Amino acid sequence: MLTLEGIRYGDGAFSLAADLSLSPGARVAVIGPSGAGKSTLLDLIAGFRRPDAGRVLWQGQEITAAPPDRRPVAMLFQENNLFPHLELWRNLGLALRPDGGRLREGERQEVERALDRVGLQGYAARKPGALSGGQQSRAALARVLLQARPIIALDEPFAALGPALKEEMLDLVRSVAGELGALVLMVSHDPEDATRFADEVVLVADGVAAAPVATARLFDDPPEALRRYLGR
Amino acid sequence: MASRAVTLSRGSAAALLAGLAVAALTLGPVAAVLVRAGGWGDLGPGDWQALRFTLLQALASAGASVALAVPVARALSRRRFRGRGALVALMGAPFILPVIVAVLGLIAVFGQNGLANAALRWLGLPEMTIYGIHGVILAHVFFNLPLAVRLLLQGWLAIPAERFRLAASLGLSPWAMFRVLEAPMLLRIAPGAFAVIFVICLSSFAVALTLGGGPRATTVELAIYQAVRFDFDLGRAALLSVIQLALALAAGLVALRLGAGSGFGAGLDRVARRWDGQGRLARLADGLWIALAAVFLLTPLAMVALRGLPGLAAMGPGTWEAALNSVTVALISTALCIAWALPLATRRGELVGLAGIALSPLVLGTGLFLIVRPVVNPFALALPVTMVVNALVALPFALRILRPEAEAVRADYGRLALALGLTRMAWLRLVFLPRLRRPLGFAAGLTAALSMGDLGVIALFADPDRATLPLQVYRLMGSYQMHAAAGAALLLLLLSFGAFWIFDRGGRVNADA
Repeated sequence: MLTLEGIRYGDGAFSLAADLSLSPGARVAVIGPSGAGKSTLLDLIAGFRRPDAGRVLWQGQEITAAPPDRRPVAMLFQENNLFPHLELWRNLGLALRPDGGRLREGERQEVERALDRVGLQGYAARKPGALSGGQQSRAALARVLLQARPIIALDEPFAALGPALKEEMLDLVRSVAGELGALVLMVSHDPEDATRFADEVVLVADGVAAAPVATARLFDDPPEALRRYLGR
Repeated sequence: MASRAVTLSRGSAAALLAGLAVAALTLGPVAAVLVRAGGWGDLGPGDWQALRFTLLQALASAGASVALAVPVARALSRRRFRGRGALVALMGAPFILPVIVAVLGLIAVFGQNGLANAALRWLGLPEMTIYGIHGVILAHVFFNLPLAVRLLLQGWLAIPAERFRLAASLGLSPWAMFRVLEAPMLLRIAPGAFAVIFVICLSSFAVALTLGGGPRATTVELAIYQAVRFDFDLGRAALLSVIQLALALAAGLVALRLGAGSGFGAGLDRVARRWDGQGRLARLADGLWIALAAVFLLTPLAMVALRGLPGLAAMGPGTWEAALNSVTVALISTALCIAWALPLATRRGELVGLAGIALSPLVLGTGLFLIVRPVVNPFALALPVTMVVNALVALPFALRILRPEAEAVRADYGRLALALGLTRMAWLRLVFLPRLRRPLGFAAGLTAALSMGDLGVIALFADPDRATLPLQVYRLMGSYQMHAAAGAALLLLLLSFGAFWIFDRGGRVNADA
């Protein structure tokens, strides 16, 4: 269980409160108007921001003060998910060897397997610049696979992809998360994404990240804040 | 409210250490100077004369540079011609051109036996002399006209092309166009350019040493040097250093407020699409200005090459030894400067690094001289002190180049590095340094060239059997061995430009993502 307990975060006029729990293995969409704090919520979970008050817990253990790499979270950002000057195998290898050391034979094979898994066989020696946008997303996802963390946080990493490619990536995320048994948190602007991908939705609006609601139920009977966002 | 964003704070200990080292090496000498200046020493009338001359020549040099740069930059901004790119690139060269080399080149053109006097004699006109205030100003314009052109050209190219199109469709007269579009830009950019050049000329040493001198053409920097070298009056040197310090700080603050960009800006090879100035007269005037600027900048350099080639054979072993010293000094100051610049490539760090620009090398040198004198013979430390001071003086430029890029790397990849838990070494080795290759190469190239060509502290400290190449050139000139001096100057030119080229090139090769 990922629990945000009495979380308060403020920065100037911006503020966000969260009091919610998410189950392992769930697929959760985080939606809401821009500037409401969707990315901030992910940052609080992934450890890129510290709350003013409250606690973050994973399976009962407090991780509020843990640095990002000591958390059970693998994150994909909007951009810059790969170091452009490093070959894919080096990029992916950093998930296994954060000290940048030489990969052992077994680790090298692990990297190859992860690339195979996302459909990038034979691409290990390429640099990101030699890949298409979709292939870059796949490579980043392969690294998530190597990190093998129980939570995957997606901060709109596929926003720049076309609709068909995005759907393909979401399918891949779904199956990768299924293999890892990971909880997926996906920020999105697009309510379509939520209905297609997520079983639950966390609505972030008016300074509050609401407790998750089953996707179907939420869109059948949207609360005021969601109706405003959807323009209904 | 404190921001609780978790960011990459790699190397903050290194930054602290580097910052402390810079502070100690700048404030220490200043403190030494201040302490020594209290009580002792008396300013003679000559010193007040030096202060007046310093201000006067800096005003005249900055004024002339900016005034001449206006028509040249305007012509460059609206004319397309073969070699324009090369000419604009050449405008960046004086920055890394050793002063002593330029001075020799200028003497070859404007000196006693120079081209200009040959022409004057042929025309039956009275000859001119390059020594004195006009020579000093001439050399300063030679160095700073290109900088002013680059700064103003940046301003011209920043005027949106749509405005010129609008002006053309309204049929504005050239004068109306100037008033509406160009004058406001000039009013914005020119004061900053003037201030920057004024500051540079305030701490002019090598030019005044070679072309000035005498009671009527001595800068404060030169007076410091003379107080140390000739009179060994350290109290007066310290007092003069305080004056120089106050001058540079005051002018530096003004320049900082007026802000004029760095002149390193890329994209100057663009030509704005213009609809004005198509008349024959305008074309002729623009062409004339460009040609004049090119001749003024290129002839002295060509003369250095021309007179230097035969001189290469006339160089003795002392010159080769000096060249070796110079290369060593340049390499070590570059390493030192980059080692300082990398951890200081932050906003706060850049402020610390600015100390190097506010303090003149001679002030730093005098302070260090005072500090080390009780312990060791300062003359034995000539080369190490030169290395340190050169690194400090180049630091602000290195930071100007590195800081924006370093911040971009941190902003782009800091979160990813945090998420992966990259170790310090892995971040440095795999991400930070590789991403910074280009600006590192450029900064190292500038530092190496600046250090190679520096004639400042070394003149203060060196004993007769120790010299760097610029000092050797100066000594050869002083003993009227003009052939050998020309050869040594050419060698120095090649070494400076070569060092810049190698480092800059090294940063570019395979630097692409």
